[in-house]
Amino acid sequence: MEAFTTHTGRAVPLRRSNVDTDQIIPAHWLKKVTRNGFEDGLFEAWRKDQDFVLNQPERHGATVLVAGPDFGTGSSREHAVWALQNYGFKTVLSSRFADIFRGNSLKNGLLTVVVPQDVIERLWKLTESDPAAEITVDLVAREVRAEGLTQSFELDDNARWRLLEGLDDISLTLRHEADIAEYESSRPAYKPRTVEV
Amino acid sequence: MGRTLAEKVWDDHVVRRAEGEPDLLFIDLHLLHEVTSPQAFDGLRLSGRTVRRTDLTIATEDHNTPTLDIDKPIADPVSRTQLETLRKNCAEFGVRLHPLGDVEQGVVHVVGPQLGLTQPGTTVVCGDSHTSTHGAFGALAFGIGTSQVEHVLATQTLPMPKFKTMAITVEGELPDGVTAKDLILAIIAKIGTGGGQGYVIEYRGSAIEKLSMEARMTVCNMSIEAGARAGMIAPDETTFAYLKGRPHAPEGEDWDAAVAYWKTLRTDDDAVFDHEVYIDAARLAPFVTWGTNPGQGAPLSAAVPDPASFADPSERLAAEKALEYMGLRPDQPLRDIAVDTVFVGSCTNGRIEDLRSAASVLEGRKVADGLRMLVVPGSVRVALQAVEEGLDKVFTAAGAEWRHAGCSMCLGMNPDQLAPGERSASTSNRNFEGRQGKGGRTHLVSPQVAAATAVLGHLASPADLSDVRTPVEA
Ligand code: SF4
Repeated sequence: MEAFTTHTGRAVPLRRSNVDTDQIIPAHWLKKVTRNGFEDGLFEAWRKDQDFVLNQPERHGATVLVAGPDFGTGSSREHAVWALQNYGFKTVLSSRFADIFRGNSLKNGLLTVVVPQDVIERLWKLTESDPAAEITVDLVAREVRAEGLTQSFELDDNARWRLLEGLDDISLTLRHEADIAEYESSRPAYKPRTVEV
Repeated sequence: MGRTLAEKVWDDHVVRRAEGEPDLLFIDLHLLHEVTSPQAFDGLRLSGRTVRRTDLTIATEDHNTPTLDIDKPIADPVSRTQLETLRKNCAEFGVRLHPLGDVEQGVVHVVGPQLGLTQPGTTVVCGDSHTSTHGAFGALAFGIGTSQVEHVLATQTLPMPKFKTMAITVEGELPDGVTAKDLILAIIAKIGTGGGQGYVIEYRGSAIEKLSMEARMTVCNMSIEAGARAGMIAPDETTFAYLKGRPHAPEGEDWDAAVAYWKTLRTDDDAVFDHEVYIDAARLAPFVTWGTNPGQGAPLSAAVPDPASFADPSERLAAEKALEYMGLRPDQPLRDIAVDTVFVGSCTNGRIEDLRSAASVLEGRKVADGLRMLVVPGSVRVALQAVEEGLDKVFTAAGAEWRHAGCSMCLGMNPDQLAPGERSASTSNRNFEGRQGKGGRTHLVSPQVAAATAVLGHLASPADLSDVRTPVEA
């Protein structure tokens, strides 16, 4: 996974709350069996509308999504994260994310940043009036910066360290293989097994 | 201090605990299906890893499977690719698979419990948010993303951030005609789609204890629609009776040891929940949704709300958008809403009790003219049981379509979809925009309301049926 230290880019202001993963990537896209090529499915239904913010030419190449509250609700599909990344987003800002979506994003190196709704409102105003305005998300300093605005954000140390180092979960866990083997050796006999009985 | 049910199960699965890191939990049961697994297997292959515990892993095909002509090749090439990819992956990595046509095939959350694999005090994961269903057994069951699927395949563990605990206590008797589905829809409407965020919910109280295992699964299934990480119900005699004799339930001494452990899985009297909600069962009524998230619901006897009546501006906006999408006007009685399609099925309400419940309403009645009703059993076993009881005949005699098992119109990945603008009463769990087909409009309902709606052609409960039934010919 790609390391994330600090990122600066133009933004897409998405003035919608409760954007569920069906809106981020509709179900028919889940049929793909690879991890890439989901960019055209991102917000597919809304993109049919020429006025949808993603279709504005000045948003082309934007890498920071500024979303309303409760972003990523609904299905656990990780494809939602891949779609955002395939499209080019490096980070998403919202006042509240759905848990599974947040977990998925951090595991894939898409930094989801929680800031208060009034900060989101200010970022919306800023980037709507000036599409060229840039937002910086600094994971080292745990800060979001934009013109006239500096906002700190929280991210637990462990998730932050892994993002900064670009470390994937499995290799980290396998460093504790002995612990797993020890746990397995003491599991009770009555625990279910899927092999035919 | 005492511990809650969820905390006990959690503690029993900690492989490693370290300061500043999420606990590493052991996973007892890993369920796979064709949609969220291909990229995980791909990841294993790329890094030269294997499946650590094939004996704790099982796969079934459900999301893409057709419900008609299942012996013919699948027409949609992409659906076919997903199923073929799962078959290839399971063969390559040695994972037990129940493919289309197999007697144990069905929706993953119906299959696990009916095989007796879902047991109290276990950790269960699946790349599917409705894994919360398995919490009905007192299991800690989480929906996970594809990276986590890969992680569990490779290590049989998962690093999990700590959760908060919520108790939802439902006391009293559910009135006649009020089902587990009505209960959970009412709970979500009360606490909101974000109300459970970060929590593991434990459902408790006398009304919950009286529920059958299948009804408990309906409740836990929709925990995720309240935003919760998981939902649980403490195991009791109902749970043990359901499990006894199932193919993968423990036997003999193992059974006794298991039951002794399962009986310890109750929240201690002095345990403290981070949040508590109380519901009076006697005040509940049949419940339906009017909007585009499962929290936008109301009693069937009510009317579509006026968005202006919402104090919270974002809720008001959401209601406005929902009414526009749903093609409804404020103050329109919910009972006046005519539907084109009725869907009975899914991991929420596709088990045998649900089919019995719908059939008992349909028996001797007819589906309204021009209305399409699909009955899709949650698994092949459920279908066989229904046929044995003659339920399939009740459905077809009424004019409903009796289909093969799978997810079907719950999410419309197979050909069972709503056309743009079409409206359904559906026993599934999500009424999101386009969930059942592009432009489709979904009202979430119980199996009984689904059946009564099919007869009358508009949202209705069995109490609205005043007609005389025609006896079905033997
Ligand atoms: S029945 Fe519906 S909710 Fe359940 S697993 Fe299938 S698609 Fe998901």
